[in-house]
Amino acid sequence: MISEFRQHVIENLAKPKVRANFRKAMDGLMQRRLDQFPDPQELDRIRTQAQAIRANALSKLPELLEQLEARLTANGIHVHWAETTEQANQTVLAIMQQHDAKTLIKGKSMVSEEMGLNHFLEAHGIDALESDLGEFILQLAHEPPSHIVAPAIHKSRQDVAKLFNEKFPDIPYTENIDELTQAARTILRDKFYSADIGLSGVNFAVAETGTLCLVENEGNGRMSTTVPRVHIAVTGIEKVVEKFSDIPPLLSILTRSATGQPITTYFNMISSPRKPGEKDGPEEVHLVLLDNGRSNIYSDPELLATLRCIRCGACMNHCPVYTRIGGHSYGTVYPGPIGIILEPQKAGLDVHGELTQASTLCGACGEVCPVRIPIPTLINRLRFEGVRKDASTTPGTGSRRKLQEAAAWKAWSWSASHPAVYNFGATAATRLQGMLPTNMSAWTNVRSAPKLAEKTLHERLKDLGVADE
Amino acid sequence: MNNSAARANILQRLRKETPPGLPLSGEGRSCTLVADASCSSPDKGRLGGVSSFDWDKAERVRRFTERMQAVRAEIHHADRHNWLEVLVEICQAKGLNNLLLSPNTAWGQTITAQAERFPSLRHYDQPIDDWKEEMFYGIDAAFTATRGGIAETGTLILWPDAEEPRQMSLVPPIHIAVLETDQLYTTFAAAVQKQGWVETGLPTNALLVSGPSKSADIEQTLAYGVHGPKELVVILV
Repeated sequence: MISEFRQHVIENLAKPKVRANFRKAMDGLMQRRLDQFPDPQELDRIRTQAQAIRANALSKLPELLEQLEARLTANGIHVHWAETTEQANQTVLAIMQQHDAKTLIKGKSMVSEEMGLNHFLEAHGIDALESDLGEFILQLAHEPPSHIVAPAIHKSRQDVAKLFNEKFPDIPYTENIDELTQAARTILRDKFYSADIGLSGVNFAVAETGTLCLVENEGNGRMSTTVPRVHIAVTGIEKVVEKFSDIPPLLSILTRSATGQPITTYFNMISSPRKPGEKDGPEEVHLVLLDNGRSNIYSDPELLATLRCIRCGACMNHCPVYTRIGGHSYGTVYPGPIGIILEPQKAGLDVHGELTQASTLCGACGEVCPVRIPIPTLINRLRFEGVRKDASTTPGTGSRRKLQEAAAWKAWSWSASHPAVYNFGATAATRLQGMLPTNMSAWTNVRSAPKLAEKTLHERLKDLGVADE
Repeated sequence: MNNSAARANILQRLRKETPPGLPLSGEGRSCTLVADASCSSPDKGRLGGVSSFDWDKAERVRRFTERMQAVRAEIHHADRHNWLEVLVEICQAKGLNNLLLSPNTAWGQTITAQAERFPSLRHYDQPIDDWKEEMFYGIDAAFTATRGGIAETGTLILWPDAEEPRQMSLVPPIHIAVLETDQLYTTFAAAVQKQGWVETGLPTNALLVSGPSKSADIEQTLAYGVHGPKELVVILV
């Protein structure tokens, strides 16, 4: 039986338009990133620096979270902790209910995607509206993001034009990107005006000063965190950094790695709600700190590196597998190389372990990662964990072990350490090569069947006069 | 909402000893600690931790202008004597019906003193809830001062306050900002350090603004004026 993931891959590989959209976008993003790092030595240095900043923060994570909480509380921001996405959703709902709020306007947040917040709130009669242009388009199309930075990257302008025309028949049909953007501006402006509560993610949370930092280009993040009377920020517990001086280098490498911009249009640093005498800004600010498996990843000294991620998306932009199969094939919130190491660790190898196969181990992801997460090494580690018998901290360890496969490797290992058996087998294989089937199901659908050599390696070496020791 | 149990559980899990005997095929926590120790002060030896730039004022102005124009911001070079003329011309060129500003800043006082040369001047003199509709649908442009600029990235530093609240640089379709070139720093890190952000304490909301609002969410094609100002005009003094 074919797995759901493989079924997705087969379907998406057969969509030439979507594949062309991905190819074009990824080529552009790769080139733009490259243009931002003309000096390989500088790149090397700032990657080391960014890695050190994130590793330093993780090495003191519990202390920094306590410091962050203390600073934010002193600044007047309410801090909530959630072990699961259910708890996080309930926390957001409780805040909404306290304010008798019916509408939520959202800035882009991958953690809110992780929480499934929109569906959860809808079920409780609350209207959650995405305001990032890409996310807005996807909400209209009822689709999940296919990229963590550019969520609607799989859509062409014609797709968007048709969608807008269908959902907003009053607006004249247009395929002009500027006009489509202006239409979204007009529609969402009214929503910002009237929304009860704004929600955003967080790019960095600074423990030293109690500051929540948001990176964006559109201004919807600023609108969501400035206009409504209440602002709720949601973030993973790993996003904390120790000092404010950590921010400039991280911001620089984030935007350059993500979209090849020296900086984004807006960098929004929020340290408190509206103070007495100030005339705007939310009167209440909340931060929800979500664990959802992160503390478990933290307990493993090697897998811990996964948590250094600053969500730039460079790994997916450079991944030959992602570019071909597209973000939707993965069926997870985080796609691409970071997704295939993060999602199995969060949901378990029994649930998403197969995703670790979605890599050629070419190493591009590890090479471009601004915080030097050794993604290929971790992919290998998780493949190994999936089939090992003894327990580790990753949920679903050993769940991908198949008796047949384990027996085959055991037999091979045994024969390889018994020369007489090995030589007999190898010789027999060369002599009987003609009997190898030419039809080997999936393999031979697109390839010729492999052909064994006429002589074994041992025989050929003997012919060359190499002494057998 | 009571979440003290969640807090205790998360912190307890984070403080748990690393389980012994797990295989290490690459780097481990020991490596991250080494990296930590060798980089305990990442900024050491280079200004701002980004690069060892040594640009003089003219070069900073040149870089700032170049970066800002690359993202379609409008840059006007002026001095202490003619900046008001420049602002008058900008207002005329854009055909503004009104201009939102604070009458209490030094810049605002100068403008207010010659109010007859400007479109109707509006003041943010009450909490937003009392005039939100006009702010959203009636204001053509807002004029604000800035706390400084960053040459490397072409960036304005804004610390909105009671005089010049947060929505001034966000909601109106045009934002006109004045930047003193004395306050133009090489990098973000240099600005943070020289202005003593951490020592003085951060404001409710600090902002870096690098151009008008934009998006590339449709086909990675840049479109300007999404949710924030469609135009950013900077007067360098």
